[in-house]
Order: sequence, then structure tokens, then C-alpha cells
Amino acid sequence: MLPILQIELFKIFKRPRTYISFVAIGAIVVLIQLAFYAEGNNYMAFGLQSLTQSFDIQGKVLNGYLVCYIILQTLLIHVPLLIALVAGDQIAGEANMGTLRLLLTKPVSRTSLLMAKFSASTIYTLMLLVWMAFLALLVSVLIFGTGDLMILKSEEVVVLNKADVLWRYFAAFGFAAIAMTTVAALSFLLSIFAENSIGPIVSTMSIIILFTILSTMDIPFFNALKPYLFTTHMIGWKGFFDAPVSWSPVLGSASILVFHIFLFLATSVIAFKRKDILS
Amino acid sequence: MEPVITVKHLVKNFNGLLAVDDLSFQVHPSDVYGFLGQNGAGKSTCIRMLLSLVTPSSGEIELFGLNLKTHRKEILQQVGAVVERPDLYKYLTAFENLSLFARMSGLSPKKQLLMEQLELVGLADRAGSKVRTFSQGMKQRLGIAVALVHNPRLVILDEPTNGLDPQGIADMRNLVLRLSREMGKTVLVSSHLLGEIEQVATRMLIIDKGKKMMEGTVSDLFHSTNCRVHIKVQDPEKTRQVISASKWSDALESGTDGALVIRMDQFEVPELSRLIINAGIGLLSVRPANSLEDYFLSLTAGKQHVANFTN
Repeated sequence: MLPILQIELFKIFKRPRTYISFVAIGAIVVLIQLAFYAEGNNYMAFGLQSLTQSFDIQGKVLNGYLVCYIILQTLLIHVPLLIALVAGDQIAGEANMGTLRLLLTKPVSRTSLLMAKFSASTIYTLMLLVWMAFLALLVSVLIFGTGDLMILKSEEVVVLNKADVLWRYFAAFGFAAIAMTTVAALSFLLSIFAENSIGPIVSTMSIIILFTILSTMDIPFFNALKPYLFTTHMIGWKGFFDAPVSWSPVLGSASILVFHIFLFLATSVIAFKRKDILS
Repeated sequence: MEPVITVKHLVKNFNGLLAVDDLSFQVHPSDVYGFLGQNGAGKSTCIRMLLSLVTPSSGEIELFGLNLKTHRKEILQQVGAVVERPDLYKYLTAFENLSLFARMSGLSPKKQLLMEQLELVGLADRAGSKVRTFSQGMKQRLGIAVALVHNPRLVILDEPTNGLDPQGIADMRNLVLRLSREMGKTVLVSSHLLGEIEQVATRMLIIDKGKKMMEGTVSDLFHSTNCRVHIKVQDPEKTRQVISASKWSDALESGTDGALVIRMDQFEVPELSRLIINAGIGLLSVRPANSLEDYFLSLTAGKQHVANFTN
């Protein structure tokens, strides 16, 4: 399968559209960093206004770790679209170009081809996250320095010692990798049934938006549904920023996401093996 | 010699639409096998089943004596194909496309081998050009290079002349002949234009609505007794009366532009000519229309029964 994986990666990184995602993430992160660099202190003073009336806050609250946390909150909502751009194109895009039938006349099993394509999508997803981590964490730390991480939650303020933060980010990015691979797997599955990539990309985003709305609405009927929606578990990375970390829900969410990846992938293999190639 | 392709009672039903209906045929080594039928006759569906792109509803396919269902990978290692349009990766160069598909075929090709393949199809000087800059003919030739890069024993070309200019069609014809005569490959080539196929095929199969209409060698079909003779005379009405009173009375068909068409054995043409001249009618032209083109049109339009000239 390795030669096919190399071919698939070669194709992905030869397409200009692949780099749109890297440029988009780069632009958003740099813009957020610039905004904080220019207006960060005013923003922090406003944000901590109510807190400073009761507490004496010392030290460098606006630091690289905090900026990275804010960037992650913002970007992890939009990254699925960038992942769907490539994962949703994997089969449907080939069908649209007419190259799928040529690929499948080669002595390669459909399962191998599918696994290679999914692996390539996953590698792309991971590279996108590494790029995001590099910009959001490393560049932010270089610009703003390090310090204790103070996170305002709805009912509490969590303060993490700066020596206790970095591993949490690595863990959070690891979790995000699982969450984004779930998105890639969903988009990949939808790609099997389409003849052009617009359908799977739009469908993936529609499902994510719908499920996210259901996940956030505090209505009893929807509350019963929430544990079964994979989008509920995609924000599980935030659990790493609790003190102490609540391992049980974090690991539970990760397991559910991994289950979804296998479910989507197995369905993709079954559907693709039975598919008549008419494109 | 063992057939290269054996198809037995092949059926494909797309949700009630019968695309291929009980089709059986064999292709032998070094044949240039013409696969003929009008658009929508089921040729491409059949070819897709031969390449395992489409799963048959029933029937059996064997290539090189191996069952396609159980030996797909071994079989496809020996098959090169261009199915309908030669769609390739437009954002890659000709060389990159060829290299990519060579690796998909299990090869680790050297640059020299790939350049030789591009040379074969006349694209060596455009090896570094992106495919999006290619004309239809160039894409078709690159598609052929992709099909041949792993030196297959069987080459399947589905409508290879579609979209080509006259020079491109002639080049394709020469390439098919070269593949068969010089390189010893078995070629299955489909088309809806018989004029092209009759110049290259050694054997042919005509299908209509998924059913086999006729199978045989090209020479068999040319010398068939089902010849249709177009005659032009000075007095068509009188000629019609003369022929109606002769042994060909039941064979007379209506023609166009004042021509009369008679279905008869080609060897009876001199006798017919004498009959007309002896009746004092000026004979302007006699054209035995026993070309595959007429044959094909009469078969697909007239829904004749299956005939097998090889048996």
C-alpha cells in the first residue's frame, strides 16, 4: 500500500487547492496575533474588569499560551471545512475528473486504494494541525512570551502554572487530530456517493453545523441526543485545560470519535467495493 | 490456443434497465477485435465489466483463462485500457501522469522507459507540459501511453477515435495495427463508426441494446449473402416492374434519390445487370453496398436475428 500512499500524497500536494488551507490558517492566526500585539492589553483589561474588582492579578496574563488557547477556540470550528476540501475530493473529485476509472483498471484492490486515499487525507489533516500548532503555539510564545495560563470558564477561573501548560497543548493537539480525522472520515464516506467534490464538502459542513447547533442548544429533547452526536465530543480537547484533568470524559470522547472513524471508514470500504464505476 | 477473453452469458441490469443481455463471445490471441454498436448499445458497460469497473448481474468473464472475479489483480497486470475519454490529471505533466500510472501498475520505471513510451505516441517533446495544455488528440495519445506502459498482453480501447481530427483518427488506426502486427498484442477496440473498425479489425462483434447481433471475421461479413445492391437507372419505375417479375421480387427494398436497393448474393450482380440492360433500361450505376456500415445499420435498425458467421 505504501507506493499507492506515496502517489496519493504526491497528487494532494501537487494541487494548488491543497495550499489554500495552509494559507488560510496562516492568515487567520497571524491576524489574531497582530490584533493581540496591537490591542491585547486593552482587550485583557476589559475582559478581566469584573475579576480585578475582587482579585489582585499579578504577572503576565497576556502571554503566548493564552493567545494560543484563543486561537484554538476560534480555529477548530473552521478547520473542518478546510479538511473537507481535500477529504471530500478524494473519490468524488477523481470521479469528476474521470481518473477514477483509470485508477481502478490498474492492478490495485479497491480496498488498498481506499485505505491509501484515507491515509493520505489523514496525513494532510495532521500536517494542517502541525502547521496550526506551529503558528498558534510556537509563534505566539515567541511574540508574547510564556506565563501562567488563565482561562475564564462559565463558573470558574482556571489558572495553570506555566510549567504545567505545554504538555496540555500537545495533548490537546493530539485530541484535535482525532477529532479532525473524524471529519475527514465523514467527508471521505460522503465522497464515495458523489460524482463531484462540492456535494461531499457541503454535506460534511452541513452535518457538522447541524450537529453543532443541536449540541449547543439547551433543550431537553436535544440534550438526550447530545451524547450520540460526534460533534459533542469534538470539543473534548478543552478537558486538558481543567485542573486537574478530567480524564474519564476526555478519554470517553476520544474513544467515541475513534469509533466514528472506524464506522465511517468501514462503511466507505463496503460501499466502494460494491460501487459500479460509471463516471 | 487459449482465448484471451471468454465472456459467457453476461448480463448487466441497472435497476431494471438491461444494458447487457446474455452476451457471449471470445477474443483470441493477436486478434484486433472490433466491438461495434450504436451509442448506448452496451459496449462501454461490457468493457467496464471486463475491467471490473462494473459488477455483472450474472454471467462469467475469463481473461487469460482466469476468472475475473477471483483473479482480478493478476488479470489487470496484463491489461491496458483507455475507457471512453482519456481523462488524466490535468495539473500534472505528461511525464508525471505516465510515471504515476506506471507505479500504480506495480512498476518502478526508469526515466528512459517512460520517455520511450512518450516517444511511441509522439509526445516526448511535451513530456514536461501540463496535461491541461494538451489537445484532445494529445490526451488520447497520452492515454494510450498510460495503457501500454506496463507492456500488457491485452489492450482495450473504448471509442479511441472520439473527438479526434482526421489525422488523429489515421494515427490511432496505425497505432492499433502496430500494436497487433509489430508488438503482438491482442486489441479489443470499440466504436460506433464501422468505417474505422473495418480497416483494422480481424474479427468483430456487433451488439444492439445489449444483445449480440452478429459475430465473425471481417471477410466473412464482406462476403455474406446478405449483400445490399444499390442500383441507379434511367427509368426506376420500369426497373421496379422488371425486378418484381424476376426471382428477386421479394428482395426489392425502397431506396433514396431514385436508387433501388435489392438484397441478394453479391455474385448475382452480373445477372441482375444483364436483366436490366436486356429490358432496354439505361443502367447508370451498380454499387454492392455490402460494407459493414450498411450491414451494421441494417442489423441495428432491422433487428435481424443473431447470426454467427464463424460457426
